[in-house]
Amino acid sequence: MASPRKEPKSKYTGDRLYPGSFEGETVTRRRFMNLTAQGAGAVAAGAFTLPALAFAIGSPIFDAPPIVWQDVGKLDDFPNDAYLPRVISITQNIGEVGKTTVYLRRRNADIDPPPDPPGYSEPVVAISTRCMHLGCPVRYVQASERFICPCHGGVYDFAGKVVGGPPVRPLDRFYTRVREDRVEVGPRYSVNSELKRFDKYRDPAQDLDGIGPYLYPPRPSVPTLPEPPS
Amino acid sequence: MIKKLGKTLRENTPPLVSPRPKRPGEPAPGVADQAKEAGIHTVGWIDERTSLSGAGRWLMFRKVPKGTNWFYTLGSATLFAFLNQAVTGVFLAMYYDPSPTRAYESARYITNDAFLGEFVRGMHKWGSSMMVILIFLHMARVFFFGAYKYPRELNWVIGVVLLILTFVMSLTGYLLPFDQRSYWATIVAANITASGPLAGPYLGDFLRGGAEFNATTLSRFYSIHMLLVPGLIAALIGAHLYLVARLGTTAPPWLKAQEPEQLQEERV
Repeated sequence: MASPRKEPKSKYTGDRLYPGSFEGETVTRRRFMNLTAQGAGAVAAGAFTLPALAFAIGSPIFDAPPIVWQDVGKLDDFPNDAYLPRVISITQNIGEVGKTTVYLRRRNADIDPPPDPPGYSEPVVAISTRCMHLGCPVRYVQASERFICPCHGGVYDFAGKVVGGPPVRPLDRFYTRVREDRVEVGPRYSVNSELKRFDKYRDPAQDLDGIGPYLYPPRPSVPTLPEPPS
Repeated sequence: MIKKLGKTLRENTPPLVSPRPKRPGEPAPGVADQAKEAGIHTVGWIDERTSLSGAGRWLMFRKVPKGTNWFYTLGSATLFAFLNQAVTGVFLAMYYDPSPTRAYESARYITNDAFLGEFVRGMHKWGSSMMVILIFLHMARVFFFGAYKYPRELNWVIGVVLLILTFVMSLTGYLLPFDQRSYWATIVAANITASGPLAGPYLGDFLRGGAEFNATTLSRFYSIHMLLVPGLIAALIGAHLYLVARLGTTAPPWLKAQEPEQLQEERV
């Protein structure tokens, strides 16, 4: 150590000649009280801020709504070369706002790839009307066999794959099952451009090809099926 | 002589302290006099206990550079636009119901049935556009006059935060009429938020209050729109004005700095 200008201060308050210092005391009582009072303030502020923040953030990010299966009609009603619109409630108990249109047709072996996973038979294909650009409602036009979005010109073919405009992936679908010859529509799932299934559906504008699934990780707020419906 | 001079002075100069302290031998003031002095008496009573007049003088009686012109009023105009939003918003909240099944109907009631409802809602609606326009004009004034430079950088930063908070107000307020336009605009806004990589999906969930537009989305936007952000904006406007009063305003750039006369003489 190259000759210090000043002798370093002792860590003991006694050596620094504080009046009334205790033997071996290193923190002055003034400093101790100061830190205690400010620490108590920090604890008190945290005691209401943290629960309030967790309250605002926790439920939206971590709570998934329950899975609901909704009856949309008899299996024989649905053709396999055209879509029929049906209205389901995507969010329960908020009236008209929670409803959305779903386009349904029977599975068509000429168009649809074999069921994936193999145990899941998917008797009816249910296409969501949520555009994969930014979420506007698409409509199905039978004359051109296309789904067309009114907002920014997204166009999808008969299977829901993108054929034009800004959407980043095919239209979402819904799980379907048949109970006593009645078709029921369940939770939503997403597909990538090869129609590979993603159980945890993503928001629109989230690409699912390549590194997409890593850039847009699955969220706990999305309900998951315990096992694929048969 | 001196006594006489003192008397003349006392009679001819206005009193420094008003109300003038009572002198011995003067008759007690009548009711009319007391009533006349009630206002100044009240102000004096408060000021004696708070010393607020000093702060008031510091805020109001500032030196203003030569060349100050109408462009310098854009900040105050923005402030009054905000106050208009605050006042009309508080009263709109008396009739508005932020529930998904009742919101549209309550907005319709305000517009069609409530006395002056259409007018007050219009003030709030058009006032919001006015506020954004005024902010940009104010910002342009500050930019082109170079008023963001040292030592006023922090005030520019606070101003930018205020601009962003105003955008948050515009976004959250847009949903509240709850018609088709507001609903789909909010869907699109939440999806744009969610399209950011990694954190985006969770931010989208935070905004919507879940993975889908749901029962709490509207009340969430309502709470952000009328409780959280207005409080932040009001606090930051306070900081903004404090810095304006503390640092003063800049002269317009076309005015040359004037040298003190002494220096001018020396140069000659």
